[in-house]
Amino acid sequence: MSGAVTTAHSVVEPSATSRRIAAFLVILYAVVTMVPLAWIFATAWKTPPDSISYPPKVVFDPSLEGYCNLFTTRTRQTDEYIEALGPPQGACDEVTRKREMVIAGPSNYLPRFVNSLIIAFGSTFLAVSLGVFSAYAFSRFKIPLADDLLFFILSTRMMPPIAVAIPIYLMYREIGLSDSALGMILLYTAVNVSLAVWLLKGFIDEIPREYEEAAMIDGYTRLQAFFKVVLPQAATGIAATAIFCLIFAWNEYAFAVLLTSGEAQTAPPFIPTIIGEGGMDWPAVGAGTTLFLIPIVVFTVLLRKHLLRGITFGAVRK
Amino acid sequence: MAEIRVENLHKSFGDFAAVKNSNFVVENGEFFILLGPSGCGKTTTLRMIAGLELPTSGRILLGGDDVTFKRAAERDIAFVFQLFALYPHMNVRKNIGFSLKCQGTPSAEINRRVEEAARILRIEHILDKSVSGLSGGDRQRVALGRAIVREPMCFLMDEPLGALDSEFRHLMCGELRGLHNRLKATTVYVTHDQLEAMSMADKIAVMNKGLIEQFGPPQDLYARPASMFVADFLGSPPMNFLHFNAGLARGSGEARLGDAIVQMPVVHEDIAPSDLALGVRPEHISFDDRSALRGSVYGSEYLGTTQIVTVNTDFGQIKARTKSTGEVRPGANVGLRFHADRLSLFDRGSGRAIRSALYEEGAHG
Repeated sequence: MSGAVTTAHSVVEPSATSRRIAAFLVILYAVVTMVPLAWIFATAWKTPPDSISYPPKVVFDPSLEGYCNLFTTRTRQTDEYIEALGPPQGACDEVTRKREMVIAGPSNYLPRFVNSLIIAFGSTFLAVSLGVFSAYAFSRFKIPLADDLLFFILSTRMMPPIAVAIPIYLMYREIGLSDSALGMILLYTAVNVSLAVWLLKGFIDEIPREYEEAAMIDGYTRLQAFFKVVLPQAATGIAATAIFCLIFAWNEYAFAVLLTSGEAQTAPPFIPTIIGEGGMDWPAVGAGTTLFLIPIVVFTVLLRKHLLRGITFGAVRK
Repeated sequence: MAEIRVENLHKSFGDFAAVKNSNFVVENGEFFILLGPSGCGKTTTLRMIAGLELPTSGRILLGGDDVTFKRAAERDIAFVFQLFALYPHMNVRKNIGFSLKCQGTPSAEINRRVEEAARILRIEHILDKSVSGLSGGDRQRVALGRAIVREPMCFLMDEPLGALDSEFRHLMCGELRGLHNRLKATTVYVTHDQLEAMSMADKIAVMNKGLIEQFGPPQDLYARPASMFVADFLGSPPMNFLHFNAGLARGSGEARLGDAIVQMPVVHEDIAPSDLALGVRPEHISFDDRSALRGSVYGSEYLGTTQIVTVNTDFGQIKARTKSTGEVRPGANVGLRFHADRLSLFDRGSGRAIRSALYEEGAHG
């Protein structure tokens, strides 16, 4: 029996070797998936010649040119003109002049980026708000044909949204929503709301009714009970849903290309246009992409505590 | 504090009648228990008193006011849920003060009353803790604190001890009854545990399939069960039923079980020959070799001062509670004697108790 004790290993706890193998596989996978990202970050700090050199340069002198080109428009000038300008104003001016160009003005990247922020966060807020109210109603009240309605809501996701791109394009043109932030917010909300209702219904179903009943007996109205008792407990679900909605709205490309061209253009359709302006400006594309990644990363990191619980939600019952 | 009056209360969910024409009165300051197996309608009745369900028909009066269709918030009651329903995003102090905050009570006053409630329940030391780390008993106390801090007209409790382990449940039973003795608050308490009900209640209503089978003080229900269901539901082990077929005339005080004549309380009604059951509490059985009513011992369970002896008779298996000093051998043939004036007689067809001297005595005193 003593022999059994010394050689036995726990059935539940993984052994040191399998831990090491698991860690190795996870790190390997992380490295593989991080390579394209690392490539983008690196490219953003290269000069245009470095960015297209072959074999690729892993070690290089960092340059601000990518970021400068991203935020400015430039015009080519003669040497005499540039010399007559006097000393360069700031770092960007300096790298631009080396290429025999001068800064003509700001590029459209910043307004496009702001459009993306407004549209993505606006539609996420709308989709989650509508979703949480509908989900609560579906979860708590006897709604006639509730199952059919839920299926109907889900069915809007049964084809790729882009399948209806042409009708939406024509409709938007007709009612004047083309190339407007409002139009894009409504569109992304419509796509996301079904996801939000279904995800949130699952979370709200898990919150015992007793909480609201207790609050209502304590003198609160149903709406007050909803805000004071249900919402705080659904925070995890709301955070997870918000991230999914935000990622969709932030990254959406096809509708954005089709429906926005000027005023309301978002960053995803804008970034590729950089390539067309005076050659393959890969560092500017890298810089644009790097900055584009930041809001989602920040949002996800801020909500990660909720997200981890949210994604594994339902796997283990309390 | 107030009296609760329930009149002809009826509740259906579709075709299913959960509560059928309930009538009872909970007097001011009384500890009232709705007792019954799961699905008998006791929780539905409680939820209707609370205003969480609306009755199909009937009336509920709280302190004389008709509250049948008032919202829960307007009834001035406190409800303790089985799973406590403590808000996980608030600490103990905020949980207890939550209802006062709604009424717009000034925060100094809230603090004073929360601390007062905590003192009564002896949970002052956990006031600033989060509820998620609390033990079952402390959660129970916080849930009670949330109820008593409001000083409501009455307390409604839905199996508040159901989530606790049995050892602790016993302790909390004592605490709850002690709390009631101090606060003298009208309380309606729902449970399926007859021991809990017997040990705490001033009055019990036993429910079965939506109907109130019997309503009265626990002693009454135990000594004079109105139906076989009540007799079987109360007591551990429950009442024994000896099945026999006979007709009895009013004024008769004997039942013939095979060769044996059993003395019992005088019946007050004529009974046509039918299937009857003689109800005997285990503690009203003793062994007597001279008795003509015989049975063979099947086994015994030792319980310390007493033992439960199972005996097979021609009229069914019975369990007797006797002193554990007397030795019983399995298989032995024993004579049985019953405590003549404590016996109940039931009509097996309807399950109803037949009126007898024992029951009249209860009705008069």
